[in-house]
Amino acid sequence: MNINWFKYSSPQTFFPLAGKLALWFGALALLACAVGLYLGFFVAPSDAQQGESYRIIFIHVPAAWMSMFLYVVMAFWAGLGLAFNTRLSGMMASAIAPTGALFTFIALWTGSLWGKPTWGTWWVWDARLTSELILLFLYFGFMALQAAIDDPRRADKAGALLALVGIVNVPIIYFSVKWWNTLHQGASVSLTKSPSMAATMLTAMLIMTFGFWFYCIAAVLLRARCIMLERERSSDWAGQYARAAV
Amino acid sequence: MIAALRCLIFRDLLLAARRNSDVLTVVLFFVIVVSLFPLGIGPDPKLLRTVAPGVLWVAALLASMLALSRMFAADHADGTLEQMMLGATPLGLVVAAKVFAHWLVSGLPLVLISPVLALQFDLPRELFGVLVLSLALGTPVLSLIGAIGAALTLGLRGAGALLSLLVLPLYVPVLVIGAGAADAAASGLGGNAQLLLLGAMLIFAGAFAPWAAAAALRISVE
Repeated sequence: MNINWFKYSSPQTFFPLAGKLALWFGALALLACAVGLYLGFFVAPSDAQQGESYRIIFIHVPAAWMSMFLYVVMAFWAGLGLAFNTRLSGMMASAIAPTGALFTFIALWTGSLWGKPTWGTWWVWDARLTSELILLFLYFGFMALQAAIDDPRRADKAGALLALVGIVNVPIIYFSVKWWNTLHQGASVSLTKSPSMAATMLTAMLIMTFGFWFYCIAAVLLRARCIMLERERSSDWAGQYARAAV
Repeated sequence: MIAALRCLIFRDLLLAARRNSDVLTVVLFFVIVVSLFPLGIGPDPKLLRTVAPGVLWVAALLASMLALSRMFAADHADGTLEQMMLGATPLGLVVAAKVFAHWLVSGLPLVLISPVLALQFDLPRELFGVLVLSLALGTPVLSLIGAIGAALTLGLRGAGALLSLLVLPLYVPVLVIGAGAADAAASGLGGNAQLLLLGAMLIFAGAFAPWAAAAALRISVE
């Protein structure tokens, strides 16, 4: 069987598909977040030590996961764009950056809301907080660089290189600040050992993670559609779409 | 090829010597920033002794960043850079030579003057060696990482502020480990681990950063 791997690598064919996918993933995200929040806020038991304040983890932990995951996905598209010189990859990378920055910010914000009642302080210079903050700066740097370059092709390539340099640096940054200072509790969920939390809590958190994940897909695809229209505005299909939409 | 690189380094050094105010500005900036800290946080010698390595490191980092935008700008403006890219010498090596020359005029002076500033902070004498060594190993890494940022922002409007936004987050590991060396030595642990890590970073950055900066230059100039 002969599969055309590049069928959807052109904006013209991907644009309608992105619209459909965004709709479905948006609906799934809404559903998963509703179920996850209900389980997390009403069904899951309160924590023995932290009382009710721990419930922020249902937003905080998935947001932190997504913030790191999205950077990897962004660097993946960026690398693909550099390697194959495909226009769409660069558009995907620039569409991911704002969502990634948003989730990094949410993770930091909810983390400090949780830190106040639990640690008694809004902010500590701990390894994970600091590296998350630096991740936010990396997202900002990526977006600022792309915004400063007028030619979209150069912006894509320059951003791609920066994202790849960043992805090499992320583990180095993480370990350097880890050795520098560590106060944050160890990870509660890991793939290698059984989780140290109640099953309903874990279920709620995983459902929330999927909800955030689907939201990211939907938001990124919608933003990618805008970027596609903007950059391809002189092409036939974009013109037809614009006329049909009016 | 070696001759071409040597020629390039001498050319950059000569250019820097002819425009020596550029070099002096960086050193003066370093000295002034370091001198501002006691004015800002108070003259308590005990406090100054503890913050000295961190202050010197942050100031050195900012000073070397200040000089970054000049790394390729003049060559880009008069077309020399395009000639270098067309030349037979691999661009990665050209970048490495330029970074080395750049470090000689903007990084090495900071390393050499740092003991004098450490004296002002009453840093214990036995920590001087670790501090100077950490700066000597760390500032070339800053120049190497900075070269990528300088190449990416070449010819852009607002390049200076953008450059700091791109480069400062990537500087974090060097700052943490570099300033940590003197701190570890002060606490009696010895700074060897940090110095070895800095050396590892230097080798890693020396191998990959010129190559990445060359790719960035190609993107910026095409």
